[in-house]
Amino acid sequence: MKSLEDLKKIREEAQNRMTMRLDDEQKYRVVVGMATCGIAAGARPVLNTIVEEVAKEKLPVTVLQTGCIGLYTLEPIVEVFDKEGNKTTYVLVDVEKAKEIVRRHLIQGEVIEDYTVGKYKK
Amino acid sequence: MDELALNILDIAYNSVRAQSTLILISIIDSEKKNMIEICIEDNGCGMDTDMVKKVTDPFYTTRTTRQVGLGIPLFKENAELTGGKFYISSKINHGTKVKATFIKDHIDTPILGDIVETMITLIQSNENIDYIFEYKNDDIDFMMKTSEMKDILGDVKINEPEVLLWIKDYMKEGLPK
Repeated sequence: MKSLEDLKKIREEAQNRMTMRLDDEQKYRVVVGMATCGIAAGARPVLNTIVEEVAKEKLPVTVLQTGCIGLYTLEPIVEVFDKEGNKTTYVLVDVEKAKEIVRRHLIQGEVIEDYTVGKYKK
Repeated sequence: MDELALNILDIAYNSVRAQSTLILISIIDSEKKNMIEICIEDNGCGMDTDMVKKVTDPFYTTRTTRQVGLGIPLFKENAELTGGKFYISSKINHGTKVKATFIKDHIDTPILGDIVETMITLIQSNENIDYIFEYKNDDIDFMMKTSEMKDILGDVKINEPEVLLWIKDYMKEGLPK
C-alpha cells in the first residue's frame, strides 16, 4: 500500500538530483497543446506518455502544456524546443509516436522529419 | 469526447485559466441511485450572470483567435442527453461551480474513463494550483488533497515527473479498477 510518507523518499531523491542539475541545464522543452480540440483528438495520453517516459529515463527535459496551437485538424500537436530555441512541431501524435519522439529526439537528438508539420503541409 | 474524464479535464482547464488556486473535483458514481454526479468548483475570478449565460452557448468563447468555444456546451449536452441535469453558478472574484448529473444506465451516458490520467494532467499543468479530488461509489470513498502532498514535498515541485508517477500509482490503488 502506498502512503503519503513515500513522498519523503521521492523528495530526498529529487533534491539530490536537483543539486546536480539546474533548470538551465534542461536540454529540451516539450510543449503539448491541451485545448478542447487537442483533448478531443487524444492529447491527454500523449502528454502523460511523454511525462512518464521522461521520468523513467530521468531525462533533462521540461514538459509543459499550452492551449490551442491553432492547427485543429493536425492535433494532437507536440512542440520540441532545443536550448538554442529551435522548434520542431510534431503533428497527429499518438502514444506510439510520442514514445518514438522521446526515444529518437529527446534521447538521441534526431528530428523525426516524417512526423513534423512540414511533412503534412507539403 | 467519449469519456467523462475528458469532459472533466476540459472544464477544469477553465478553472486553471480563471487563476484559481484551489479546484475541487468530485465524482459520485452510484449504481444504487443509478446516477453519476460530477462537480468542478474553483475559487478563481468568476463570471457575471451575463457571462454565465453566454458560456453555455456553443457560439461563445473568450478566445479571440476563433469564434466557437465548446467545452461547457459539450458537457451540458452530454448530461442532458442522458436525462441528467447541468448546473453552473458563478460569482465575480469568488469562483465558479459546474455540476452535471448523468443517468448511469442510459445508453448515451459515456464511460467515466481514465480519471487518473485527467488528474495527473491537471496537476502537471501548474504546480501552484491545489486540488481536492474525491471519488465515491456505493462501496468506497477516496479523497486526495494535493496540499497534503506539497507539505511533505517541501521545495520539490509536485509536477516533477517522478512525483506524478507516484501520484498515478497512489490513485490507482485507491480507486476501483
